Amino acid sequence: MSNILLVGIDGSEPGERAAEFAANVAQAQGAKLLIAYVIEWSPYSFSTAEENEVRHKRREEEIETANSKLMEPLLNRLKSGNNDIEGLVLHGHPAKTLNYIAKDRGASQIFVGRTGGSGISRLLFGSVASNLVQTAKIPVTVIP
Amino acid sequence: MKTRLMKALIGIFCVTGIIALISLPVYAQTQERELSSMQEWVKGIEIPGLGYRSWVTGIQPPEAIVVEEKTGIDAAVDKIMSPINAVIYNAVFFSVPFFGSDLKLVVAWLVIGAVFCTFYFRLVNIRGFTQALRLVRGDYSKPDDQGEVSHFQALATALSGTVGVGNIGAVPVLIVLGGPGAVFWMIVAGLLGMSSKFCECTLGVKYRNENPDGSVSGGPMYSLKKGLAELGKPSLGKVLAIFFAITVVFGCLGAGNMFQANQAYVQFVNVTGGENSWLVGKGWLFGLVFAVLVGVVIIGGIKSIAKVTEKVVPFMAIIYVIGALIVLGMNFDRIPFAISSIFTNAFSPEGMAGGFIGVLILGFQRAAFSNEAGIGSAAIAHSAVRTKEPVTEGLVSLLEPFIDTVVICTITALVILTTVYGDPTVSHLTGVGLTSEAMMRSVAWFPTPLALAVVLFAFSTMISWSYYGLKGWTYCFGESKATDISFKVIFCIFVVIGCSIPLTSVLDFSDAMIFAMAIPNILGIYFLAPIVKKEMDSYFARVKSGEIVNYRKLNAGS
Repeated sequence: MSNILLVGIDGSEPGERAAEFAANVAQAQGAKLLIAYVIEWSPYSFSTAEENEVRHKRREEEIETANSKLMEPLLNRLKSGNNDIEGLVLHGHPAKTLNYIAKDRGASQIFVGRTGGSGISRLLFGSVASNLVQTAKIPVTVIP
Repeated sequence: MKTRLMKALIGIFCVTGIIALISLPVYAQTQERELSSMQEWVKGIEIPGLGYRSWVTGIQPPEAIVVEEKTGIDAAVDKIMSPINAVIYNAVFFSVPFFGSDLKLVVAWLVIGAVFCTFYFRLVNIRGFTQALRLVRGDYSKPDDQGEVSHFQALATALSGTVGVGNIGAVPVLIVLGGPGAVFWMIVAGLLGMSSKFCECTLGVKYRNENPDGSVSGGPMYSLKKGLAELGKPSLGKVLAIFFAITVVFGCLGAGNMFQANQAYVQFVNVTGGENSWLVGKGWLFGLVFAVLVGVVIIGGIKSIAKVTEKVVPFMAIIYVIGALIVLGMNFDRIPFAISSIFTNAFSPEGMAGGFIGVLILGFQRAAFSNEAGIGSAAIAHSAVRTKEPVTEGLVSLLEPFIDTVVICTITALVILTTVYGDPTVSHLTGVGLTSEAMMRSVAWFPTPLALAVVLFAFSTMISWSYYGLKGWTYCFGESKATDISFKVIFCIFVVIGCSIPLTSVLDFSDAMIFAMAIPNILGIYFLAPIVKKEMDSYFARVKSGEIVNYRKLNAGS
């Protein structure tokens, strides 16, 4: 069974550090690295009919922006040392989605930066890292 | 462009033709009644002295607030509209005497359509209920597809168009007119309406257009056009589609716009001091502010206001339900009486005009006007969902009549029945005023949030209907920036008109238009029901076999 490591990034500096850290670990272990960026999105939010109509288009634009602004530069930077790296951009609840990817791809470990989510939502629901620590079924490494 | 214009002309020609054909014999018979007064159209149902009351929401603006004498524009518009309106109104709301009561054929048309769907789809309203809840909860949403419009969002959007002033203000009118027994029939009709809603929304998603830019346009006009073309009846489909598109535009401008704006204004005046409010007679000013707000949302694309209302409205609905439940809790000793009166009066109403059948008709009418099942409007909102299975959207949509009629309207009814029902001191009140009084008796400050809820409901209903109207408009004139903007500007102008002058005949006309939407829509349901049934059977079979994955179960299992 091949070893797969998953790292969640959010565009923040700790997230970046987590990716670099995970890349080093992956290189040392000869593991595959999955980098996931989750666009925060709730299926239970309210929207107008006109927003719904163009939602599909918006979603693709959001994924496109995340790929070109965040994922690709990061992948290019990390790929110099590693061969087996894959980037994923998904919508959803960050912690739940990371758990889903981990299960779906059979990852053995999750890496995340300490900050994740911001402002009131973090105050209310805790950070992605603390959420993952409590819900993940595999080991979680939190990078400060 | 030329073909579009031709289509529109043919459509208008057909509409007038059909209406003229239907109404000519009727017109002669009803002329006498109609001449006596427009209020007479609900002989035996209308309360004397109530004046104009919209059929869609069942509420009547207090006389003291609307401008009394007819101004220049008002008189002019009324003069143009009255003869046209008389013909169309009588055609759509043509009533036949039925066991001593007036039965509006369009209501019968809606109810027969709902009964047909309920049996044809083998009680899908009951069988599909739990599956609908699971879909809304997201059990069947693939995590990789997150970010598309969810079932929950589609349901909330469609609900904000149907839950409105009528849920608060029209139910008291129903009880005043038909007694507690009418509530029973309203609930029955709400349950039946779930099936017709299921069918129309499934069709809307199945036959929607996916535009080159990735956006979608759907609704009965598309399902009629494409669906009937599949059945080898392309020209019939086109005619019905254009008919639907035209009626949705007019219905939108009237009941979906002017009436809502007017109601918001009336409630605003009531809260700010009633007859002494400085806003009295300044409807145009209120209308202007309202029009700017609406314009900012629909033309300016300032999503923040739309977002705020779309977020606040569901909460208002929940707060309204909670407030009503508090009132019920404080009057719990009267609840057994309320419930027993709903059941006993349903079959043997005491002292009600038209007896059993009269009460039944009233209840059915209220439900049809409230949840819009069979009208086809919600199908437009639901079509935006990107799903591989049109049936899932239909299933989700069947929750709408349930929430709107079976839950919210029934709660309002219980509030009235446990508090002010039978009290002679409130006989001067009706509509929202009666609900307000009923709640005030238990909690003195409830009328203020209630008024806020009414204004917000009106606003969100207008936003939803502007979209429905726009889809009808672009179906007729093509999708382009220019057609888009022109409709929205017209829409805003009508907001100001709606607040400024009591356009009785225009509102009658638009009510008629809303119900005229049901004619092509239900015809389409009859033609296309076998297709929906095939999809439904296949969907349920695949859910049972596990071919359609329940992601919640899948994740819980690990």
